[in-house]
Amino acid sequence: MELLRYILRRTFLSAFVLVGVTFLVFVVAQVVPSDPAALYAGPRPTAEQIEKARQELNLDAPLPARFATFAGAMASADFGISYKSRRLIAEDLRAYLPATLELAIFSTGLALLIGIPFGVIAAARQGGWADRLCSFGSIAAVAMPTFFLAMILQLIFAQWLGILPLSGRLSREIAISAPLPMVTGFNLIDALIAGRLEAFGDALTHLILPALTLASYPAGVAMRLTRSAMIEILERRHIVAARALGLSEPRILFGHALPNAMGPALTVIGLSFAYALTGAVLIEIIFAWPGLGRYVSEAILAKDFPVIAAVTMVVTICYVVMNLLIDITQALVDPRVALS
Amino acid sequence: MKKLVQRLGWPGTVALIIILVFVLVALLAPWIAPYPLQGAGGPNVAAKLSPPSADYWLGTDHLGRDILSRIVYGTRVSLTNGMLIVAFSLLIGLPIGLAAGYFGGWIDEALMRGTDVFLAFPALLLAVLMAAALGPGFLNSVIAVAVTWWPWYARLARAEVLVLRGQPYVEAAQLSGVSHWRIILRHILPATGRPLTVQAALDVGPALLTAAALSFLGLGVLPPTADWGQMVDAGRKFFPARWWYSAMPGLTIFAIALAFSVLGDALRDRKGGTGRASA
Repeated sequence: MELLRYILRRTFLSAFVLVGVTFLVFVVAQVVPSDPAALYAGPRPTAEQIEKARQELNLDAPLPARFATFAGAMASADFGISYKSRRLIAEDLRAYLPATLELAIFSTGLALLIGIPFGVIAAARQGGWADRLCSFGSIAAVAMPTFFLAMILQLIFAQWLGILPLSGRLSREIAISAPLPMVTGFNLIDALIAGRLEAFGDALTHLILPALTLASYPAGVAMRLTRSAMIEILERRHIVAARALGLSEPRILFGHALPNAMGPALTVIGLSFAYALTGAVLIEIIFAWPGLGRYVSEAILAKDFPVIAAVTMVVTICYVVMNLLIDITQALVDPRVALS
Repeated sequence: MKKLVQRLGWPGTVALIIILVFVLVALLAPWIAPYPLQGAGGPNVAAKLSPPSADYWLGTDHLGRDILSRIVYGTRVSLTNGMLIVAFSLLIGLPIGLAAGYFGGWIDEALMRGTDVFLAFPALLLAVLMAAALGPGFLNSVIAVAVTWWPWYARLARAEVLVLRGQPYVEAAQLSGVSHWRIILRHILPATGRPLTVQAALDVGPALLTAAALSFLGLGVLPPTADWGQMVDAGRKFFPARWWYSAMPGLTIFAIALAFSVLGDALRDRKGGTGRASA
């Protein structure tokens, strides 16, 4: 019962937050810029063109009415058209959102895959050099400017070693000569559906560098959280008992201690996913990744506010829903969460 | 010195010294920079894109300006940027958190749910949206980041007040008819000061990291003013052949952020507080 109440309350709060977010995006995108009509009318507009744009955009209506229109459009996923390209934003998003989600999911996986084992090692060797090295690594990962790390990785793996592609999402040969049929928009999955292993491999190698860049910060956090959870668990009685029974150290660490320390993993998934969604703005420019981040950064240069607003809304919705799902999962796994 | 090492440990002490050196560099920029004119933006085209040498320790940029001088001048922008972001955020977050914690009830509920809306945004994206709406520029980028930053202080201040509100001296003040605002300003605010000041000082690091990301996107300080994030971006066109152009300012950002992060870690080890996520 407590659990149900908790889930309902969290869901209600998330819905409230989404309304607030919509309002804020409306204010920033439609009220703050000096003259949306002049932007909409194109370069060097005449007074008549601006007046026409003003009517088309319904800018003379009172603010509450404009907000109602805006919120209604957002709710029905009608993001309008781009000032710059005059294309339907919703159609652009269909192409760009999967690219960003693919990157976000892949980098979240990488973050856990790197962060958790190192956290276990650090906890097992608490106070030793391995622990110190891991701890320093996690601090450095937090302090590293993402855009700079991206360039260093490009320099090492693409320029010097030449083992990974510099940028892009697919090689030109595949993207132009033999494009993948778009089913889900996720290249890895689409390649498997089409049964083309060479395209799958190509998409995978293109994913590694941007995903690694985005994974560094959450991997550092995952390492820290795993370490502190493991240190606490390694002192518990069932571990002492396992030691007394003479079980091997890896078996104790990974078989008996780690499953109890998985609580933080959920937190990291949420954090990492959120980080990847925002970090995408910086990373996708550097890696020429055709996703939401690059889309929005081009829109920023062109002052294309409907696009900026649409991307902000979509990303924030992903973010809020993800947080809600994680909170609910956490409450289901550990019902004490719902009581606090 | 010995007492400091005892309190912070070696890594923390070194980090603190590095931060203080950066502050000194910012204050004394015109006297420290080998080429003050170039640091302030004056071109020197004859020497454009020269590699690090005895004349130009860290090389020069596409206008021939000494990178070291640019970095030295950029310290001013970055540090003031970081400090202003924190100051603006405190200015918004502190009153909201104090009021929410002190009055409780529906005021608390309303203020904190409003705060939740701002926390629901991925921070960098909201900052980008704000900066794009306000237009590029130093003060605008400060405001853009502060808008995403203040909710943390509101939460922190509220948590502190919740502890203090039940203290006997606060109750005594209430009973003797002191006005609410006077209690908040004279009796509660000073007591929340220490934990908040420490947190605020440490946040200058992550704040300037976020500001660097904005100026990397072209939403920060406008040229010719030197700025680290903008330098990394400008150098990208010449990367990796002229690696120093991007690498030197990039390493500088990393160094100062790392110093703040290590110092924060050293303080946390002593106090057992919690960290926070940042972009």
